Parts: sequence; C-alpha cells; structure tokens
Amino acid sequence: MVTTLHHILANSIVLLALKLGILLLLLPATLVVGYVELKVMAHMQHRLGPMYAGAYHGWAQTLADGLKFIQKEDIMAAATDRTVFSMVPYITMLGAALTFVVIPFSRHGVIANLDIGLFYALAVSSISVIGVLAAGWASANKYSLMGGLRAAAQLIAYELPLVLAAAAVAMQAGSLSLVSIAEAQRYVPFALWAQPLGFLIFLAAATAEVSRTPFDMPVAEAEIITGAFTEYSAMKFAFGLFAAEYIAMIGMSALAATLFLGGYVPLLPQLRFVPGPVWFLIKTGLLIFLLIWIRWTFPRLREDQLQKFAWKVLIPLSLVNIFVTGALKLAHWT
Amino acid sequence: MPVAWVLILSSFLFSVGIYGVLARRNAVLVLMSIELMLNAANINFVVFNLLLHSISYIGQVFALFIITIAAAELGVGLAIVILIFRNRSTVSIDEVSLMKW
Amino acid sequence: MQQVVFGIVAALIVFAAVRLVTTRNLVHGALYLLAVLAGAAILFLLFLAEFVAWVQVLVYIGAVVVLLLFGLMLTRAPIGNMALDSQTRPLAAVVSLAIFGITSTIVWKTFKGQTVHFSKPNTVDTLGRAIFSQYVLPFEIVSVVLLAALVGAVVLARKEE
Repeated sequence: MVTTLHHILANSIVLLALKLGILLLLLPATLVVGYVELKVMAHMQHRLGPMYAGAYHGWAQTLADGLKFIQKEDIMAAATDRTVFSMVPYITMLGAALTFVVIPFSRHGVIANLDIGLFYALAVSSISVIGVLAAGWASANKYSLMGGLRAAAQLIAYELPLVLAAAAVAMQAGSLSLVSIAEAQRYVPFALWAQPLGFLIFLAAATAEVSRTPFDMPVAEAEIITGAFTEYSAMKFAFGLFAAEYIAMIGMSALAATLFLGGYVPLLPQLRFVPGPVWFLIKTGLLIFLLIWIRWTFPRLREDQLQKFAWKVLIPLSLVNIFVTGALKLAHWT
Repeated sequence: MPVAWVLILSSFLFSVGIYGVLARRNAVLVLMSIELMLNAANINFVVFNLLLHSISYIGQVFALFIITIAAAELGVGLAIVILIFRNRSTVSIDEVSLMKW
Repeated sequence: MQQVVFGIVAALIVFAAVRLVTTRNLVHGALYLLAVLAGAAILFLLFLAEFVAWVQVLVYIGAVVVLLLFGLMLTRAPIGNMALDSQTRPLAAVVSLAIFGITSTIVWKTFKGQTVHFSKPNTVDTLGRAIFSQYVLPFEIVSVVLLAALVGAVVLARKEE
C-alpha cells in the first residue's frame, strides 16, 4: 500500500518517532564503515591498518577517533562569520541523513513510503551543496573560498547525470516509489538486464556527489588541504565533514542498491529464506566496498578533467540511456 | 483554515519583495528580492489549487512552470551581473548609471 | 492542526523575508532567502502539493540559492557588512506598504468567508497526466525558454578569446 507523509502523521506521532529513531543507527554505521575503510585500504596497500585500539585488530579505532575529536578545541579565526560557520555542519548532516527516510529495508520496513520517494531522495541530496559553499565563505580564508567554489561546481555538475540515471530507472519501473522500484526487480535486478549503462552512470555520479576519489578534488589533502573545511576543527569537523561524508556515502550506496540491484529483494527465488533486510545490507555493503576499492585504486581527476567528464561524457550518455529505455519500453521488449 | 490568511501572507511577501527591488543597492540582492516575489505568486497558485482540489491541477502545474522560468531568468540575470562586474568592477546598481539622463 | 503549522511557518517566512531586505551582510541575505524558500516548501507540503514542494527544494534550494551564492562570491562579497542601501529607501517603503495595503484589502474583501478543506494529496501520476495531456503546449514552450536561457547564459558569461 502506497501512503504519503500525511497518512503517516495522521496515524501516530509515536510510530513516527520510533521510525525516526532508526536514524540514530546512522552514527554507529558511520563508525563501522570508517573502520572497514581503514582496514580495506590498509590491506590493499599490503599493510595491516589499525591493530591497537580495542585489542582485537583495532576494532575501536574509529570510536577512539570520535572521542578524540570531542575533546579538541574548537578554534575559529577572528574574522570568521560565526553564525554561518556554526550552521554548516547542520546543513551537511541534514543533506546526508534525510535520504534514509525513504529507503526500504524490507517490504514494509521504510520510515515513510512516499509516492515520490525517488524524487525526494534526489531533492534532499542537493541540500548539502549550500553547506559546502557557506563553509568556504565563512572561513575567511581565500583558499577555503576557492575550495568551496570548486566543490560546489563539481557537486552541481554531477547532480545532472545522477538525476537523469534515476529518471531512467523510474521510467523502467513505472513508479517513483522506492518500494515499487524494488518490487519491479523481483525477477532480475535492473543492473544486469535493463539498466547496465544507467548503473555505471549512477555509480560514477554518486562517487562524485560524495566527493570521493577519483572525484575528490574538493577535499584533496595534498593539494588544497581540506578545501572548504580547512578551518574546521573538533566536533564541527567530525560531524560536518567526516560523519556527513560517510553517511552520504552509505545513503548513496543504499539508493543505488535499491534502484539497480533490487534492494531487499532476494537475488534468486530459492534463497527466499534469507530475510529482506539481510539482502539489503549485503547489497549496500557490496557497493560501499566497491566505492572504497575504487578510492584506493584510481588517481584523482583534475578539476577541468572532472568537469569535462561530467558535461561531455556522463550527461550525453545518460540522455542516450533515457532515450533507449523509453524506446525499449514502448516496444515492450523490457 | 481561512484562505484569506494565506493570501495576505503572500501579498506581504510580494510587497517585501518590491521593497527589496526598489531599496537594495547590490544587484544580486535585487535578484533575490525578485525570487521573493515569484515565491509569493507560487504560494498563491498552490493555495488556489487547493480550493479546486481534484477538479483541476492548473495551480500546481503553473507553479511548476513559474519555478522553471524563475530558475532560467536567474541564470541569465546572474550572467549579466557577472559581465557588469567584469567591465565596471562594481555591482552597485547606483553606479551603473552611465545611460541615465 | 494545519492552522498551527501554518502560523509557525508564516512567522518564519515573515521574519526571514524582512531580514532579507534589511540585512547588510550579503551572504546572510542569501541564507535568509534559503529560509523563505524552505518555508514555502513546507507550505506547499501543507497545501497537498507534494511534487511542487520537492521541485521547490531541488530547483530553488538546491540550484537557485547555490547560483546566487556563486554570483555573490564571484562579485567579491565581503565577509563583513556592506554600506547602507540606496537613497530611495523611504519611497520604497511607502510604495511597498501601499501595495500591501491595497492587495490585502482586496483579498480580505473577496475571500473573507472561504475556507479550505484538506484531503488526500495529489499523486504525481495525476499531475503528470495533466501536464502531458492538458498543458503540454506550455510545457514545450517552457522547455524552449529553458534552452534559450541556458545558451544565453553560456554565451554571456564566456570570456572573450
């Protein structure tokens, strides 16, 4: 049954509060993904990674990092604009975390199964661009300003292929609701059959949207320190940049898993005994691992190469993808 | 809920937008006040569509068109502002009065 | 319940709009505009126009405010406050008060008794069918306008070679 926000609110505020409590799981998830990244990165570089914190292969490393950030001093230069500077972590966190309201963990395991779920997810992921721009300006540092402008230019350039690839999925499934899109992949996931090009475009655009290598010019360490977030320290850095980036990565992987791999739907009907949420976590984890793998394999694209790739390669490809999807749908071949 | 409250809110927003267009000196702030006026019109359209709820969708459709046109107009407007800045190193609309009588 | 939400959101919008036209800090002005746009999106959700609300978030908040911030930063927005506004401030205040007075009086007299009733929101399905069947001509014209604006902005902002 497809409901809307109004029906959810009308049913029960308490139920809504419980469902929103799921969002509290995002912070431990960030810690886990951070640890996985450190370990995978290390093993790909033929070394061991964190081994000390937590006495068993360093499992508490990211937790220890978080505690370290809490006790750091929050330094702000004299010329910074304090109100805007302090507001930025909220904006980036909001843009990253709101996506999870519509992502289905199972047939009925969504916080709100919106009729326009896919459109909502894309709309709220565009809020975090303002956070990056405001961070660059409020830091009173000309390099942060340049970093913020470049980061915002990259983010809005890659929003287009993201939205267009998602539009092709909506055409293929015939609905914008994420549960219906997952159900439409009951037999074959879209990535293998009807939307292979769309899957690749979406992955490339999603990597750029969370500013990960090979698209991490905005936060490239050796080049512009941390770009727009150079002046941020302590909890503002930990939440506004670090945690928000990981949560956005998890959100984009979850969205890609639902759109192209089938979300909570089992890959083979014989494996139906494995519950839906486990399938969802497997697929999302696979995509997160893919993102981490790509990060530590490819070099970084320069800003002009990055923009050329978005405007001259990805956008024409995604338009062709929409055209072909529409043609095949009309001819009833898919 | 009385419709009149919403319409008074949107007319207030519209008049604040007019004040912004007339009184502000920075060209980008004038563009922002224009966006304020367009949003006031949008609120009007959507609340009128609520009165015609399932009979017609013209209000929401037109609000979508307004959003689109506003974005297009802002793009061109900012391109012009940036060109003026490149030529005159200022975006104050008081100082670009070369062709005034 | 809807009246309470409307009251809170209306207060937010009024405060942000007034601060937008009176603040002397440019980037603060852009962020007040962001508050007005977010309030308008909440109002659209309240008035059962879901698709319009999320289009407002995606286009206005996600692109228009970013474009305005770009415009401000590329034209040297200082980090502090700027000088006072134009000399036409008193006249502008009179004009805007007059317009507010006239329009709100007309609106009050015309719509005094009418109330709205909230029911199920429109689905995107019906809205999409309306756009592509009844209003397809304005849709195509708006697409052409967008194309013209896109080409125009690129041509205008290009550096001379």
